[in-house]
Amino acid sequence: MWGCGGLSRAARALVGARGWSSGAGPPGRRLGAVAGDHYGPAFQTGPAGFSENYSWKMQLTSNSTRSAMKRLYSTSHTTVDSKEMNKFQLLAHRWWDEQGEYSTLHSLNDIRVPFIRDTLLNMSGDHQLGSPLSGVKILDVGCGGGLLSEPLGRLGASVTGIDPVEDNIRAAEQRKSFDPVLAKRIQYKPCSLEDIVEEATETFDVIVASEVVEHVADLEMFIKYCYQVLKTEGSLFITTINKTQLSYILGIVVAERIMGIVPEGTHDWEKFISPEELECLLDSNGFLVKTVNGMSYNPLSGSWSWTESTSINYAVHAMKCRVKEQSSSREPPSETDKEEHPAEASASTTV
Amino acid sequence: MAVWVSVGGCSLLSPIRGRLRVGQAAVLAWRVPLRAAGTGPVYDVVVSGGGMVGSAMAAALGHDVHFGEKKILLLEAGPRKVSGRLPESYSNRVSSISPGSATLLSSFGAWDHVCSLRFKPFRRMQVWDACSEAMIIFDKDNLEDMGYVVENDVIMSALTKQLDAVSDRVEVLYRSRAVGYIWPLTCHLSDTSPWVKIDLADGRRLETKLLIGADGQNSMVRKAAGIQNMRYQYDQSAVVATLHLSEATDNNVAWQRFLPSGPIALLPLSDTASSLVWSTSHEHAAQLLSMDEESFVDTINSAFWSNLHHSDFIDTAGSVFRSAISLLMPSGTPARQLPPSIARVEPKSRAVFPLGMGHATEYVRHRMALIGDAAHRVHPLAGQGVNMGFGDIACLTHHLSTAAFNGKDLGSIKHLLQFETERQRHNLSLMAAIDLLKRLYSTSVAPFVLLRTWGLQTTNALSPVKEQIMSFASK
Repeated sequence: MWGCGGLSRAARALVGARGWSSGAGPPGRRLGAVAGDHYGPAFQTGPAGFSENYSWKMQLTSNSTRSAMKRLYSTSHTTVDSKEMNKFQLLAHRWWDEQGEYSTLHSLNDIRVPFIRDTLLNMSGDHQLGSPLSGVKILDVGCGGGLLSEPLGRLGASVTGIDPVEDNIRAAEQRKSFDPVLAKRIQYKPCSLEDIVEEATETFDVIVASEVVEHVADLEMFIKYCYQVLKTEGSLFITTINKTQLSYILGIVVAERIMGIVPEGTHDWEKFISPEELECLLDSNGFLVKTVNGMSYNPLSGSWSWTESTSINYAVHAMKCRVKEQSSSREPPSETDKEEHPAEASASTTV
Repeated sequence: MAVWVSVGGCSLLSPIRGRLRVGQAAVLAWRVPLRAAGTGPVYDVVVSGGGMVGSAMAAALGHDVHFGEKKILLLEAGPRKVSGRLPESYSNRVSSISPGSATLLSSFGAWDHVCSLRFKPFRRMQVWDACSEAMIIFDKDNLEDMGYVVENDVIMSALTKQLDAVSDRVEVLYRSRAVGYIWPLTCHLSDTSPWVKIDLADGRRLETKLLIGADGQNSMVRKAAGIQNMRYQYDQSAVVATLHLSEATDNNVAWQRFLPSGPIALLPLSDTASSLVWSTSHEHAAQLLSMDEESFVDTINSAFWSNLHHSDFIDTAGSVFRSAISLLMPSGTPARQLPPSIARVEPKSRAVFPLGMGHATEYVRHRMALIGDAAHRVHPLAGQGVNMGFGDIACLTHHLSTAAFNGKDLGSIKHLLQFETERQRHNLSLMAAIDLLKRLYSTSVAPFVLLRTWGLQTTNALSPVKEQIMSFASK
């Protein structure tokens, strides 16, 4: 189907090609065809196309009044799907009604917050009781109204929440403004992941992308950006939905159309991804997948629980591997490449 | 919006929605003049009421490991009690503390203070009827303490010490009375503060994410929330006093005799002193209060010793039943002991207070929980009143601690509802049993006397049943 790219791609990934220049491959490996062919042309045209994009980006960066929203529609390397944005725009004021349209996300906190917390606590040696995540910098991608950012902030972490829908950020900011402790710990920005990639390279200890990857335009790009923004050995937490018949029946037909647990039209089955594929994508982009857990929702009790089966919902924990040595199989590096990726400056010097 | 309809129609969620909506009505009832949008301090938890239960709640949260970064406030209308030396004589207000409550108090270090001050453990409880020979004896085979008799002042002193120990997390405001509460609207308009606002008598306004009402049987928090309280005034008042025994004895038994006018109980304070709790009619209580000390002592002794209410019929029926039991269970029943006799009463220690039963239909609302007498009030005949309150504290602290460790919003109704379900299950059964006992023993009509005589004798013979009762009551 999508094609995991096969062993050759995985091998290339291991050897060192990362980010933009991970080598040309068949266009079919791209996910999220809805947003169009952003990825393909950039590589087909080779370095020339690269420099075009690069100079355009430089112009924007120097523009002091960057409007994040406008850029999203015009950039050709976006992970944001405008149709998805519109869906969430309509419900931007409903985030904080615990019994409303987002009730399943509110109750998802009961398992995803302990999952994140315990994974991080197990990795670090000691922690302060009362503030278990203090000192941890977390990026919440697609934070929506801040449903996950707030609990993480309460546990002591410094959270940056980003979301392309401005109304969501507005709702999150307003909610946060009443709590003096959270107001200091959480920052919200109305932008997408690609907008902060340059300024935030290797800044975050943890990235959380919960119930997000099924809404992005280009998943591989998204993962590459995550890689850039994470510190070495940083953690990436993803929760999403599997692409199976069961997930279509229960996750879309029953949940959306019959029971109305989730607002209708929220999910597009085509954009779901199986854990094996996701693991493959992560592996080939410099991540080491540590945990995959299935989750299931009980609509009668309104609560989530961990389960063996990943047929519908599942959670993944992956860690960014240490930077491996570069190999000669990398594309002929152009000047633009080196300048564009300061994170790999150390790696590129070995070329 | 079609989406609204589909979610609103989901009947599974409607009980919660109903609960959230009703709170809004209370806003209108308690409207205080609005000031400009207050930017007063925002607390994580405010406990309203600094009695035994309120102070213990604040101390339990303050000592909890997951509350290290939280801000807690305790509001008490009265002045701070200066903890000087203990007075020589015992206070007339005492409580029977169950082992479960003692465990809670020791979990935040208050029990050690109690032990270092003054307390009396008891090993046995003898309960018998005035209208027959039937009795029941509770004791623990393994020589553990069944319970502890502690003066309320001692408990308060221990709690105050432990509150001082966490003064960086728990702020205590004495002489502060709340005059109004404003509940947050639950329709989530983003421009209004989502916290509970409390207006104090001195004009200050506070905000809190969770308000815990521990303000007693006439709880203002409960009234402000518009929660229905089912109350029943018993036609009884309790007379309390501190008594001195005729002779020093190994005073480790709690005695209770059910008279037709109400139960009379003697709780050990030391080897030479005991505390009296006599529930009786209002008129009789007034008489007891006004009579001179000698007559008072005589009345108490005869209440424990006289067989005035016995009738031959009941006595015969009782003894026949007893022989039947001893045939079936040759191991026999524990031997009956005789209660101590009273020599004199501590001067100025007599007091009286009315008795009633009460139960709040709901213990929780969005951002609000009731504990202690604000939620439930019982007859003292089983010595359970404050123990139920401590049980509430243990349960609520457990849920709030878990919520804090999960980064949850402390005022979220989901975990508050779990607390309510757990506690209502326990409290309602206990209250029903106590009320049933009270009514059953308030009569001297033969059929009921016979019923309770046989019932008591049977229960006394069945150790597993007694053990169940003891373990339920000592939670």
